[in-house]
Formats: sequence, C-alpha cells, structure tokens
Amino acid sequence: MSAWAKHKVFETKSMVLLIGTLIVVSIGGLVEIMPLYFLGSTIEKVEGIRPYSPLELVGRNIYIREGCYNCHSQMIRSLRDEVERYGPYSLAAESMYDHPFQWGSKRTGPDLARVGGKYSDEWHVAHMIDPRDIVPGSIMPGYPFLMKTPAWSSDIADDMRANRMAGVPYTDAMIAAASADLQAQGDPDSDGAEAVAQRYPKAVVRDFDGDPELVSEMDALIAYLQMLGTLVDFSVYDAAGDNLR
Amino acid sequence: MNIEQVRTDRAALGELFALPAVALVIAIGVAEIVATRDAVMTFHAGLLVLAAGAAGLWLLLRRMGGRAGEHEAGYNHAVVRAGVIASMFWGVAGFLVGDVIAWQLAYPVLNFDLPWTNFGRMRPLHTSAVIFAFGGNVLIATSFFAVQRTCRTRLAGHMAPWFVFWGYQLFIVLAATGYLLGVTQSKEYAEPEWYIDLWLTVVWVVYLLVFLGTLFKRKEPHIYVANWFFLAFIVTVAMLHIINNAAIPVSWTGTKSYILWSGVQDAMTQWWYGHNAVGFFLTAGFLGIMYYFVPKRVERPVYSYRLSIVHFWALIFTYIWAGPHHLFYTALPDWAQTLGMTFSIILWMPSWGGMINGLMTLSGAWDKLRTDPVIRMLVVSVAFYGMSTFEGPLMSIKAVNSLSHYTDWTIGHVHSGALGWVGFVSFGALYCLTPWLWQRKRLYSLRLVEWHFWISTLGILLYITAMWVSGILQGLMWRAYNSLGFLEYSFIETVEAMHPFYIIRALGGTLFVFGSLIMAYNLWRTTRGDEADETIMHPEVASASALAKLPAE
Ligand code: HEM
Ligand code: HEM
Repeated sequence: MSAWAKHKVFETKSMVLLIGTLIVVSIGGLVEIMPLYFLGSTIEKVEGIRPYSPLELVGRNIYIREGCYNCHSQMIRSLRDEVERYGPYSLAAESMYDHPFQWGSKRTGPDLARVGGKYSDEWHVAHMIDPRDIVPGSIMPGYPFLMKTPAWSSDIADDMRANRMAGVPYTDAMIAAASADLQAQGDPDSDGAEAVAQRYPKAVVRDFDGDPELVSEMDALIAYLQMLGTLVDFSVYDAAGDNLR
Repeated sequence: MNIEQVRTDRAALGELFALPAVALVIAIGVAEIVATRDAVMTFHAGLLVLAAGAAGLWLLLRRMGGRAGEHEAGYNHAVVRAGVIASMFWGVAGFLVGDVIAWQLAYPVLNFDLPWTNFGRMRPLHTSAVIFAFGGNVLIATSFFAVQRTCRTRLAGHMAPWFVFWGYQLFIVLAATGYLLGVTQSKEYAEPEWYIDLWLTVVWVVYLLVFLGTLFKRKEPHIYVANWFFLAFIVTVAMLHIINNAAIPVSWTGTKSYILWSGVQDAMTQWWYGHNAVGFFLTAGFLGIMYYFVPKRVERPVYSYRLSIVHFWALIFTYIWAGPHHLFYTALPDWAQTLGMTFSIILWMPSWGGMINGLMTLSGAWDKLRTDPVIRMLVVSVAFYGMSTFEGPLMSIKAVNSLSHYTDWTIGHVHSGALGWVGFVSFGALYCLTPWLWQRKRLYSLRLVEWHFWISTLGILLYITAMWVSGILQGLMWRAYNSLGFLEYSFIETVEAMHPFYIIRALGGTLFVFGSLIMAYNLWRTTRGDEADETIMHPEVASASALAKLPAE
C-alpha cells in the first residue's frame, strides 16, 4: 500500500481527522509556551518590581479601556536606536505582574515603557486634554472627559483580589487598605500618603491633575504613566550571568 | 422561491427541549440585571434576555400553530442565505469603520474627543467587524454550504445551525457595543471580555457539532478536502480561544476580568493565538473556500490531490509555531524567537503549495479569467494570498523585522492579506452563492462585478503601496543618525511624515467601501430575480437549475 493510500483513513473517518488535526496543531504551542513557565532564565532576577498601587491599577485599566495600546507600545527592543530614544531595553521582569501584558504591536505614537518621570504632571494633563495644544503635529485623540470622572466607582479591592488569584503578590494589608490608598495617592496632604509610599515603594503621591476636589480618572491615568519603567534601578542592574541577553 | 415543507417528530421534540434552555438563559440574564451595578453589564444582560426572549417566542408560536419541527426539505439553504446577508451587512459596516479610522489618523479632529468615537476604541471595532463579523459570517455560510453539498446530506441538527447563526450575531453585537462602551481585554483580536468569550465558546462548540454531525451522516465515502480545512479552522480556533482568553472575572456581575497569564508568558500566548487567528481563521478557513469554490466555478477538479494532502498537514503543523515573529528583539527568550523565525520561513512553502494548487486548478480554463469576473476575483485573491505569504516570511527574518515591526509596513502586509485575499475570496464566494441560493439563473449584472473588481483593486493598491512607503520611511527615520552620532529625527517628525500616506490610504479605503456597496446592490438585485440586459457578458456558469435537490428526509 502506498503512503498516499494510507491517508484514506483521515478522509473516511471524521473522528480520526479531528483527533489527528488536534494533535498536529497542539505541538508547536506546547513546545513554545510551556517552557516559559519552567525555565528560570525566562524572567530576569531584578530588584524593585512590585504590584501596582490601587490608583496605578485604576489608571492601567483606563489605559486598557481607551485602547492606548493600539498606538503605543510598552516594549523597548534591544536595538541601538530604541535604547537611545527610549532608554534601557525592557526586561521581562518589568511586565511580570501585567495581566494582560501591554507590549503593543504598533507605534503610531512613541513607546511608553519608560515614560515615567519624563514629563511633568502639568504636561500630561494638558496633553491628555488636547494633544495638539502641546505637540502641534500630534494625531492623538484628546481625552478631556477623564478630568470629570471619579477614579473608581466600585471597590478596587475586588480587582486586587482577582489579580492575587492570577498570581500577583498583593498582601492582605494592601487589599484592606485599597480604597484608602487610592484616595491618599491622589492627595499628598492626607494622612495616608506616607503609608502608600511605604506599601508601594517609588509610588508617586501627588495631586496629579491639579484638582484637589476630586481624585479623577485623569489622576489615575497619570499616576500610572508616571511610574512606567521607573521601578528597576538600571545603575545597579546586572545584565550579566543569568540575565545576559 | 420553491419551499417544500416537511415535518419531523424528532425536530419537534428538539424544539420542545429548547424551551427550558431558553428559560435558563433568560433567568441568567435577569439575575445579572438585578444583581449588577455595572451599566454595561445591565445593557448586555438586557440584550441577552431580549435575544433569548425572541427565540422563546418563536418556539412558542410555532408550537401553538402546530408547526413545530417544520423545515424546508432537502439542503438547509435558509441558514446559508442568512449567512450571506449577514456577511454583506457586516462587511460594509466593517470596511466603513476601517475607513473612518483611516481618516482619523489623517485628521485627528475626527476623534471628536469623546469616549465612544476615539481611535483607541474604534480600531478594535474595525478589526473585529472585518475579521469576526464579516469573515466569520462568510466562513459560517460557506462552510455550511460546502459541507452539505460535498457530503450530499442535509446539515445536521434542526435548530442547531440557526443557533450558531443567531448566537454568533449576538456575540458580534455584544463585542462591538462593548468596545465602544470601553469593555475590552486589550488582547488584539481577543478583545471581548470574559462573559462574551463564554458565550462565543458555547456557540462555537455547537458549530463544531453541527459540522461534525454533517460529516458523520454523509452519503459520500470521502471527506472532501475543503472540509478538512473548515474542520481544522473550527477546532483550532476553539483551542486558541479558550487558552488565550483564560481569565479571572473581578465579579460575576461585572464586566471586568484579569487575564490569567502575565507578562512574557502572556505575550507568547497572545501571539500564539494572534498569529493563528491569521493562520486558521483568515487562512485555513478561507482555503476551505478556495478548495470548494474555485473548482466549482471553473468546473475543473482540484489540480493535485497529493498536493492537497501535503498542503493541509504541512500548513496546520507549521502555522502553530510562527507566533514569536511578533515578538522579535523583545523580552521573549531568544530560543523561542529563533524557533518562530525558522518555522515562519518554512511556512512559505506550504503556503505557496496551496496557492499553486488553487491557481493551477484553472489549467485548461484560463480563458474564463477574461470572460468571468467572478473567477478573476477568486484568482486574484489567491495571487494576493501568494503575495502576503511571501511578504510574511520575509518580515519574519529578524533583520527585516527590526525595521518593519511597529511600523505601517505591518499594516500594509495585513491589508494585502485582508483586502486582497480574505476580501476577494469572500466576494467571489458570495457572488457564486447568491444566485445558487436564491435559485436565480445568474447574477443581476456581471458588468457591476467588473466595476467592483477594478475599483477595489485600485483601492487595495493605493492602500498597500502607501503603507509600504510610509512603513519603510518610518522605520528608516526612527533609526537614522546624523553626522554627530545623534538620532536624526524626533518622534513627532516621523509622525508628520506619515500624513500624505495616511490620506492616500484613506482614499484607497474609500474606493474599497464603494466597491462593496456596488456589490451589495448587485446581490440585492440578484435576490429579487432582476437581470440586467448584458447577454454578451454571460457565459454559461453554474446556474441554479444545475443544482439537484435532495429528496425530503
Ligand atoms: C475599507 C477597507 C479598510 C480600511 C480603510 C482599513 C483601515 C484600517 C486602519 C486605518 C487600521 C489601523 C492601522 C493603524 O493602527 O495604523 C486598520 C487595522 C487593521 N485592519 Fe483594516 N481596513 C480595511 C479593511 C480591512 C479588512 C477587510 C480586514 C480583514 C479582513 C482588515 C483587518 C485589519 C487588521 C487585522 C488590522 C490591525 C492590524 C495590526 O494590528 O497590525 N481591515 N485597518
Ligand atoms: C506565510 C504566511 C505569513 C507569515 C510568515 C506572516 C508573517 C507576519 C509577520 C512577520 C508579521 C509582523 C509581526 C510584527 O512585526 O509585529 C505579520 C503581521 C500580520 N500578519 Fe502576517 N504573515 C503571513 C501571512 C499572513 C496572511 C495571509 C494574513 C492575512 C490574511 C496575515 C495577517 C497578518 C496580520 C493581521 C498581522 C498583524 C498582527 C498585529 O500586529 O496585530 N499574515 N505577519
């Protein structure tokens, strides 16, 4: 019997065709995805990576909701021009608590992986309200409505619990203080401000949007933008050994 | 239209058992409405209740009228007709949204600075509308048609095919309204949130069962090659969908969830999914269309049976590995990047094998390219397939990708595949199907098909050439250094340089939309049985009279 004739079994038995197909299409994914969970070298050993503070998490959710990832990447590739334009290339560790990741696939606007600390809060507020007011040639949409909406209507602690179930190391103390921390991070004069900075090292505590009345979605989004790429101290990061790339 | 009615007791019993299922769905919907504090959830649960209510009412009315279990005799063409109409509708809508966002990139005032109209929310609306709403409906319609004809049996299930059709439309409406209201997972081509994903899973499993069930009761000894591709498309998409979308909802009464995977693992899972959304949704499924409609329309057998076998297994095996070509030079480990690059380049071969099999099916009938614009559309689609599957492996070479990634070059590549291949092969299939399904002798007008063909082709050429130039320009500007060793251009200078190309692209898109409107008009006139006076243009193509009807079950 020639090899071609043997193929007949796939053409005459639908279940054999189905199972054969399933096996053939499973292999590639298994080989490429599974090891990423077991190989220790996949994620670099670095100091400083922490879960998002409640206000940052809300900001990140707004980033997702508005679809910013459609135009902005958060992944600096290990190429000379990118490192010079945006800063040290992105580490896997820097997105290890990102559910889901926000690396993006298109740069209609610049990469944002290290935008934190690059501009002032005032710059961000004005830019988000009307991008062409700050950068005349920009084609980014304006988001003035963020100023008017309160940062969160329901309980952010529930979101942190869901994240914890997915593997983000939020502590009980963090979850218990979630709402208080959310308010305090947008209000530097409040009592809780110091606690936020303690629970979330390097978290920026400020009235981001300049409106002390309301912790708005604008506050949250800018809190998120201002921390992007700031957690790892690259002056002490060791890119050798296991971390070599 | 000739509708012979038959009634079977089994089908009537099925309709009876469907009522509790409908009641359950309504109960879930109402419970959500009562419990949720999330306005979008209220809205979506309301849609679910309305849809289930309509289905329930329909079932009840039939029961009361003593018509339960009644259906058309022979092939189930009614559900395919519905699929054709839905394809045309979502096609025009999706292309239109694509053109709107193309103009937004040229003139940002068109974002209107509102939540619901900004580019970030509209772009997923476009991609989902064209891929899942347009492409998905084309695939459901064509697979349901082809599997019946090639198995010479009626589609399995009495209500199941209709559940697949309407359930899928509900999925589209939930997903689309969700994006505009800000409900998204942000995973490209997998943006719908957890509850919409669950709904799609149910619909998809029924789709698989209907397809398998039809294969099961076939009256032909062999399963025709088009069905291998349709089947691979359906099961693989199920696998990809479930794994990539695994998520933890914040609460059962809220829209928001967090994806189970994170960071680099999530990136790999996403592009394993994303590339194979291309490979199985936009390729394997549409190759099924090629393998059925090209031979049918030119009235020749597929060029090579052995090539079909090699094509099938090589294609489905290789595609799955290619995901990492979306992640070159990122934080994905090198070994995975290397695997992705290797398999992506290999992928060129099965892809071209398939293209050759499709094109050579015309051997001995090349003259039909001149006389039948529908065949020309099908053939040009296969040529575009060849082009984008040459370009793809080229872009999968790391050095090339370092330039093309993140730029409009990717967008150009996408649309040569999407407009040229997916678009044209779908148009060809719809032009074939409409006269067959509505039992008309021919299309209303082949001259209008000619117009559609040339206008769309011009549109595609404008689109992809503009994106090649802008993409390569952008990539080169990003990495340009001046004589002092500093980066030559600020980012905003590279944005400004794109402006003229964005206008050209949007004009190309406008032409493409216009072409699709011509098509919609032509198909509508065809369904009414109108015939334009153009006798010279009509060769004898497969006509409705040639299609035998099956005896009643
Ligand atoms: C009138 C026709 C169309 C126009 C004007 C159009 C326009 C656009 C525009 C402006 C974008 C955004 C590009 C960017 O972010 O820079 C886009 C993205 C996209 N379109 Fe279309 N489109 C059209 C038809 C289609 C069709 C028929 C398909 C698929 C069957 C399709 C699939 C996609 C995909 C997958 C993307 C995302 C690409 C990526 O993320 O890399 N489009 N389209
Ligand atoms: C041999 C076949 C193919 C290969 C190896 C291939 C390869 C590639 C590569 C290297 C990219 C760029 C990834 C990046 O830099 O971000 C890409 C993007 C893309 N390709 Fe292909 N391609 C193939 C065929 C096709 C076909 C036939 C279609 C459409 C029907 C298609 C649709 C897409 C889409 C939608 C994207 C954009 C994904 C995104 O970034 O959102 N590809 N492909």
